Amino acid sequence: MKPLLDRGPSLPLRLFFALLASIGLITLDHYTNSSVQLRGYLTATVSPLFYLANLPQDMVFGASEQFMSQQKLLEENRTLKNTLLLQNGQLQRFQFLQQENDKLRALLGASPVTEGKRLIAEVLAVYSHPFSHQIVLNKGSRDGVIVGQPLLDDLGVLGQVVSVGPTSSRALLIADNTHAMSARVERTGQSVVAEGIGQSDSLRLIHLPHSTDITEGDRLLTSGLDGVFPEGYPVAKVVRVHRDARQPFLQVTAEPYAKLDRIRYALLVWPHRGISSADPQIVEELKQAEQGQD
Amino acid sequence: MQNSWRFLIIHLTLLLALLLNVMPLPSAVKLFRPDWPLLVLCYWVLALPNRASIGTAFVLGFLVDVMVGTVLGVNAFGYSLICFIVASNHLKIRNFSVLQQSLLVGLLLALYHLVVFWFSHFLTGVYFRAAYLWPVVTGMIVWPYLFWFLRRTRRQFKIQ
Repeated sequence: MKPLLDRGPSLPLRLFFALLASIGLITLDHYTNSSVQLRGYLTATVSPLFYLANLPQDMVFGASEQFMSQQKLLEENRTLKNTLLLQNGQLQRFQFLQQENDKLRALLGASPVTEGKRLIAEVLAVYSHPFSHQIVLNKGSRDGVIVGQPLLDDLGVLGQVVSVGPTSSRALLIADNTHAMSARVERTGQSVVAEGIGQSDSLRLIHLPHSTDITEGDRLLTSGLDGVFPEGYPVAKVVRVHRDARQPFLQVTAEPYAKLDRIRYALLVWPHRGISSADPQIVEELKQAEQGQD
Repeated sequence: MQNSWRFLIIHLTLLLALLLNVMPLPSAVKLFRPDWPLLVLCYWVLALPNRASIGTAFVLGFLVDVMVGTVLGVNAFGYSLICFIVASNHLKIRNFSVLQQSLLVGLLLALYHLVVFWFSHFLTGVYFRAAYLWPVVTGMIVWPYLFWFLRRTRRQFKIQ
């Protein structure tokens, strides 16, 4: 009889090396910064697999469009036209408001807010692992995608890009455990930090004192303070405020506007202006303030 | 030539399992997705431990890490560990009935999920929810069919 495992080191030794290598990888990935670039390369390498895995879904969608009845298509066309009309109407008013805003800003001597570039990306894979809420997009560095770029859908903020390959990129959603962002309560202007807790339908607002004026139904908008998300986009709605005097802080839960569990398309936004490019004087002041703190 | 081509079938099934693992699914059933790569790997380690061993498990686990976006090395760790358990007991496990194998696979899957959860908890601070263990149940249900299918494939292509 042919002996099994007749070549190479023994099984426990192999296990030892494999576990050692795994722990090395974990350390490399989690405790050093070099992994961002490494992840970029790896994302690029496996992106054909994502395209392949997406094929059946594309085929099903394509087929269902093929066999859609004319009646249905006409109906869809009508709804879309109506929406377009409605939104164009709003857009006219928006342009007027923007002009007015620019003029007012000019009067105040503030730097004008400019619209950045936008790009629609298709979602190649939504990662299903409960521990990580991430998506893979079909746009990469060839389309100018950069690490840290914000991502929106039609209702609100989705997340930000964390690694980029040439034709695909990976984005972290705001509901992920490792994600936190700066936001502002629309009604009061209170700054809050919204942290993901690993569930696609809720965020947690952390470190809010008991005296904070916040109620259920408050809208949270991006504040622009984190330097990642541009200011003024809707993030979430406060759904639960629990005041428990035994806890050091308020326990506030918010529900993201964006449908994080059924993303098909996402809008990539290029940040128009950070503080760094806005006003050299402000940057100088900030630097001085920082030095003063040290 | 002929032999190496047959050998490729193993890699092909593993690749297919990887694709199934990242294929977009409706969010209602996503939580129930079995761990296809691990199940397929378990079969090959069980059937041909001289062909697929801890090296294969490590590479496969690493690929899963890259594709699903967990901290690199977490799945590689879990896959290597499960592969070791299966490989060192393959002669015993082969003699089990399919039902017994199913139960054992359930235990192994649970161990794998706990290992992955444990790492994720320490590294990123996730909290445990019982729903994380659904793939264990679906994996147990899927195992007999997968076993049958892969055995047929193995016999069809006479992979040894």
